[in-house]
Amino acid sequence: MNKDKKVKINSNNLLLIITIALFVVMYIAGCVVYADKGFTRLQTFLNILINNAGLICIASGMTCVMLTGGIDISVGSVVAMDCMIIAVGIERWGWSSPVLMALVLIIGVVFGLVQGYCIAYLKIQPFIVTMAGMFFARGMTAVICTEQVSITSDRIFTALSSYKIEMPFGIGSYVNKKGIPQIPYVRASVIVALLVVLVIFLMLRYTRFGRSLYAVGGNQQSATLMGLDVKKVTLKAYMLSSFLASVGGICYCLNTMSGTTTQAAGLEMDAISSAVIGGTLLTGGVGNVVGSLFGVMINGTISTLVKTNGKLISSWANIVTAILLCFFIVLQAVFVKIKERKKA
Amino acid sequence: MDKNIVLTMRGICMTFPGVKALDNVDFTLRKGEIRALMGENGAGKSTLIKCLTGVNKFEAGEIHVDGIDGPIVNKDTLDAQKKGISTVYQEVNLCPNLSVAENLYIGREPLTKFGTVNRRKMNAMAAQLMKDLDLDIEVTQNLENYSLALQQMIAIARAVDMKSKVLILDEPTSSLDDHEVSLLFKMMRQLREQGVGIVFVTHFLEQVYEVCDGITVLRNGTLVGEYTVEELPRVKLVAAMMGKDFDDLASIKPEGDKDMSNAPLEIEAKGLSHAGKIKPFNLDIHKGEVIGLTGLLGSGRSELARVIYGADRAQTGTLKVDGKEVAIKNPIDAMNLGMGLLPDDRKAEGIIGDLSVRENIILAMQAKLGIFKRIPMAKQIEIADKYIEMLSIKTASRETLIKQLSGGNQQKVILARWLATNPDFLVLDEPTRGIDIGTKTEIQKLVIKLADEGKSIIFISSEVEEMLRTCNRLAVLRDGEKVGELEADEMSQEGVMKAIAGGGAQ
Repeated sequence: MNKDKKVKINSNNLLLIITIALFVVMYIAGCVVYADKGFTRLQTFLNILINNAGLICIASGMTCVMLTGGIDISVGSVVAMDCMIIAVGIERWGWSSPVLMALVLIIGVVFGLVQGYCIAYLKIQPFIVTMAGMFFARGMTAVICTEQVSITSDRIFTALSSYKIEMPFGIGSYVNKKGIPQIPYVRASVIVALLVVLVIFLMLRYTRFGRSLYAVGGNQQSATLMGLDVKKVTLKAYMLSSFLASVGGICYCLNTMSGTTTQAAGLEMDAISSAVIGGTLLTGGVGNVVGSLFGVMINGTISTLVKTNGKLISSWANIVTAILLCFFIVLQAVFVKIKERKKA
Repeated sequence: MDKNIVLTMRGICMTFPGVKALDNVDFTLRKGEIRALMGENGAGKSTLIKCLTGVNKFEAGEIHVDGIDGPIVNKDTLDAQKKGISTVYQEVNLCPNLSVAENLYIGREPLTKFGTVNRRKMNAMAAQLMKDLDLDIEVTQNLENYSLALQQMIAIARAVDMKSKVLILDEPTSSLDDHEVSLLFKMMRQLREQGVGIVFVTHFLEQVYEVCDGITVLRNGTLVGEYTVEELPRVKLVAAMMGKDFDDLASIKPEGDKDMSNAPLEIEAKGLSHAGKIKPFNLDIHKGEVIGLTGLLGSGRSELARVIYGADRAQTGTLKVDGKEVAIKNPIDAMNLGMGLLPDDRKAEGIIGDLSVRENIILAMQAKLGIFKRIPMAKQIEIADKYIEMLSIKTASRETLIKQLSGGNQQKVILARWLATNPDFLVLDEPTRGIDIGTKTEIQKLVIKLADEGKSIIFISSEVEEMLRTCNRLAVLRDGEKVGELEADEMSQEGVMKAIAGGGAQ
């Protein structure tokens, strides 16, 4: 990167910079106000990552779909279905967890294939198709089992869930109330989520498929006329989204260690709002997975702040998210206006 | 096949629902030839090109390309590109959100040994290409940062770089200024030297004679003939396109300009303005008068009209319509006062593509009545048919979707929409832009006819010649300010140019 010319600040990465700056400011403010409640501890930060590992994977997939100008609202239900399959698979059918994890990943790909086919080749609105997918997956969850199933009997899965990856050299160690020294840690799901972000980042920037996503979102007709296979690119985007929803589903399941019919309700909206806060345009063509990562972190920080306060009800997190969403959408609209004016 | 011929199309037929778009059309292109494809709007130029590039499927006929045995049928644009046929379309068909380099190479980017896009190499290649074509462009910048003209050049550069045998340029000059046009022609001649066959579609007759070797003329989906430039001087070309003897354009205005100054006033504007768009202006328009607004693009021509119409609310001043002072807050007020506005951007502000011709014509009339007084279907049909005939709108039926019509016919439908409301005062903003010469004359005639019926008209156009033919009086605008008026006896090409340029002009 250093050898290249300096990255010029255009309005697109300016949005990203604002997102990151907002996250930093918000977090520092939290550290100042709630220093006595342990907000300054590294573990608090890592907990945000741990709690949102699944969402990070899902938001990454959502970003790819939104770049093409589409949307995928089925992902929350896919997560619920994945969790239920894993939970019931382990507890009732007695299957081993690696098989089940592979199974839900395959289901994710097939799910995306069907949705993507309807959207790309049959030209049905993405919102309608993925809404059907949302109802289907949620319905299947209940068909598999209507009760809450907790995962207790699979050794591999339990070990994976409770496995702590401690910070090297004891960075950020502290002593808890009982006087026992603690080393900050993350869970395996965090590593998976960060890997997903890295891979998607590289894919979007350095592969033909990644660049095609931007082209399709920028101007679908142009992309066709320039000789890109728009249908195939769109299909792949939805397959990727559902696949990453399943990866996210596994991460989510590792956190909750259970399957219920109401699990991950509204998670698709969290993913969309994270992507928008991260600078992805709903109209397509503009966005970055790093932005979506910070979008998730901002959402996570808001709810952690509300929880740390202790007196506020959790709905305040929704209100703050709503205000932020409005702020970012207005900001994007302003940038578009400025751009138009510059041209005129 | 003659060795010098790079492309032949034989007996191409193609039907759109209800319309025979192409009927047995032939087309021949030689190596190193620039051939103009001419015809009025709706003659089938675009359709023929789309058949060639695989966007439209043709029903009968054969296409042969040099170097490929047997007839070819292109599945899509990519397929056509692989066979050496590249196209640059009228609207820039690139992605504004990608860098210039990516727009040049997307789909065929240089790869690293890991199979990822080699950005550095791609940028270097793009920079070299821009340098070869004398374009001063930073290839890592997003395309949207450049003007439409430069975007067009980039689109051509992309096509050029594909090593095409056949290059199709569909109205490439409509958004370019003179300097850019000459740069493009230089590029075209350079390609001709290299043996590329170029199909050049344009409305500008003088450009045909500046750069082309041959002319193929289409009319109503059929081939009129294939000519060399020498065989077909300008007047004959126009006649061939229109299929009738050249209508003397200068004669449409009745002899002896009417003196309108004694006619009663329809519009009296005093000190109207809208901050940042148009400075305070006075304007009187008499009944039965055509007043032209002239000035450079962006001088405030459209803005002035929009303030009178209420599309932009007047912030100062008073407006009298028919002698009574009125306050127009929005377009519906203006409509109720008997005004109509034909906007200049018909795609964005005018037509509603998914409604039929009839529905588009009825629209303003219905809006004026309000949604609760629905116009009976029989009445709608009657009105639609009346205007389709009166303006000779070329459409398969009154129920055809307007988006399937050619640009000039869409324009006529919008005109019909306002005529249907029977306005006393009509603003026509660039009513003839981008339409062919025959339809232009028809619209000009219609404007004069409407004025004779006592309607007042504001006519806005970039073509001075057209204004001189059509208007009784001209208002001149410069930098968002009305700077003067020209009476009929002062109106000449030179006089108008001087007035537009202002005192400091050389």
